[in-house]
Amino acid sequence: MSGAEFVPLSLTPLLIGSFAAMACALPGNFLVLRRQALIGDAISHVVLPGIVVAFLLTGMVATWPMMLGAGGAALIAVLLIEAVRRIGRIEPGAAMGVVFTTMFAGGVLLLELSDTSSVHLDVEHALYGNLESLIWLDAFGWHSLFEAEALRGVPPELWRMAAVLVAVIGFIALFWRALAISSFDEGFARTLGLRTGALGGALVAVSAIAAVAAFDAVGSIIVIAMFICPPAAARMMTNQLGRQVAWSMVFAVTSAVLGYVFAGYGPLWLGFDNSVSAAGMIAVVSGIILALAALFGPHRARRGAPLAG
Amino acid sequence: MTQNDIPSMAQRSDIATAALAIRGMTVSYGEKPAVFSVDLTVPRGAMMAIIGPNGAGKSTLLKAALGVVPTLSGEAYVFGKPLAQMRARIAYVPQRASVDWDFPARVIDVVAMGLYRELGLLGRMTGAHRARAAESLARVGMSDFAHRQIGQLSGGQQQRVFLARALAQEADLYLLDEPFAGVDAATEKAIIAVLQALKDQGKTVVAVHHDLATVKDYFDHVFLINKSRIAEGPVEAAFTPDNLQKAYGGRLVTAQLDPASQITPVVPPRKDLASGLAPKGSGTVGGAG
Repeated sequence: MSGAEFVPLSLTPLLIGSFAAMACALPGNFLVLRRQALIGDAISHVVLPGIVVAFLLTGMVATWPMMLGAGGAALIAVLLIEAVRRIGRIEPGAAMGVVFTTMFAGGVLLLELSDTSSVHLDVEHALYGNLESLIWLDAFGWHSLFEAEALRGVPPELWRMAAVLVAVIGFIALFWRALAISSFDEGFARTLGLRTGALGGALVAVSAIAAVAAFDAVGSIIVIAMFICPPAAARMMTNQLGRQVAWSMVFAVTSAVLGYVFAGYGPLWLGFDNSVSAAGMIAVVSGIILALAALFGPHRARRGAPLAG
Repeated sequence: MTQNDIPSMAQRSDIATAALAIRGMTVSYGEKPAVFSVDLTVPRGAMMAIIGPNGAGKSTLLKAALGVVPTLSGEAYVFGKPLAQMRARIAYVPQRASVDWDFPARVIDVVAMGLYRELGLLGRMTGAHRARAAESLARVGMSDFAHRQIGQLSGGQQQRVFLARALAQEADLYLLDEPFAGVDAATEKAIIAVLQALKDQGKTVVAVHHDLATVKDYFDHVFLINKSRIAEGPVEAAFTPDNLQKAYGGRLVTAQLDPASQITPVVPPRKDLASGLAPKGSGTVGGAG
């Protein structure tokens, strides 16, 4: 594929997909180790009603209202989960499941009831985003990367996702040691003076920021898959935290790139003349990587690993 | 100062001189208090066992003193100052079962966690730090396991790794939560040897303990608790059948006192002992339903 074709049509979707996958998989490592993987799932679901309400209030699809709406929805979700857990005396996993599916469904209903025909905010967009449409029509080849004129036409999602990825990397790098200690042994971490509650809250907040930014670009399917699949697959490749995170990054980018390529060209190779959803294919590839890691990963069978159930 | 009631004037000076002083500690996990208005004073250089029946609040008291669990009331002073200022001088060894040993870490990684207060968030591990972590591991006899994944260790080995992490902290006050629960006899010997060595260096050791038969052999001070304080003081003064009866109530079936030396109370068997300790000599922990 020549640069003249690749750069305008495939470069930006590939980068945005990869950045989104990495931004979600990074905090996902710690969520999975803390047995909080469901939180990533919950966040990506409750974000929808928050974004819809933000849109209804402001009448536009803009980053800040959406972020605030998503943040507000996440806060309400946390309070609701606590309320359901306490009043209903239900285990936290079930309370979470009830709250986030209900809020997601509420978001879908709100979307259908409201007039969003003027903007690209609909149920399909919410589920699998619009990765294929994030193209860079001002580019005419690799040389466009060095042209200010052309760079102005880059989809804003790319800059936004890149900025969020940098922020996520910054957070994880800065708090690496504290996150590792408090994820392994929270009681001990507190005796060191670490504020484990605030740290856990910050981890969830960073995950929420990654989820909202990724949701905007690539939809909720990728977000859910990327929080869990790359870290879970990476855990089966190594017994060291640093290497696990590195593997998860490799798997996240591999899923994004292979998923995008398979979605665009896979059906053609199989004799069909259409393409399929890139977001869906990326999530499927990440699931296949997880399956392969579970079958062949060097540390898939560990003493002390939790058994099913 | 071995009896239950300590005058309040003396209490003040106790706080200043004690390695650990807990005052008016109350913790609740729901409606009933788990620990109720407890005062505890650990003299410097003491080796103290915290004993009491299951659910008496032994571990909770320790965690509350360290700020690991929220308290309703109470203060903890370490070497005369509030806990928050003295964290660098404390090392805590939690119950082995309280963490997930499938965590992706090697033995040496866990021991290095004991260096956190020195390294901070971003401080670089130097050769001296690595040497200290390795030395701590050597003191518990686990040098050969430095690069093992922690999930591959036996229960006793895991307990030693936790102790090594505490040693790496180079603290002055060591607080251990059931360090002998479910460990093999060799590990129990190794741990007690390390704790004795700490005491010989002038450090203070406090351990939640459940094996009444070994209290006299291992410790010089004892604290009896059943929600509230029953007794505290040197073992010979406070570890009496009378106090044990008060702490354990009907659960302590008989308490035979051999005036010459040994107290051999008979307590019902505990689940966590089933896989653990071998009975020790005549001081047997035996089952009497």
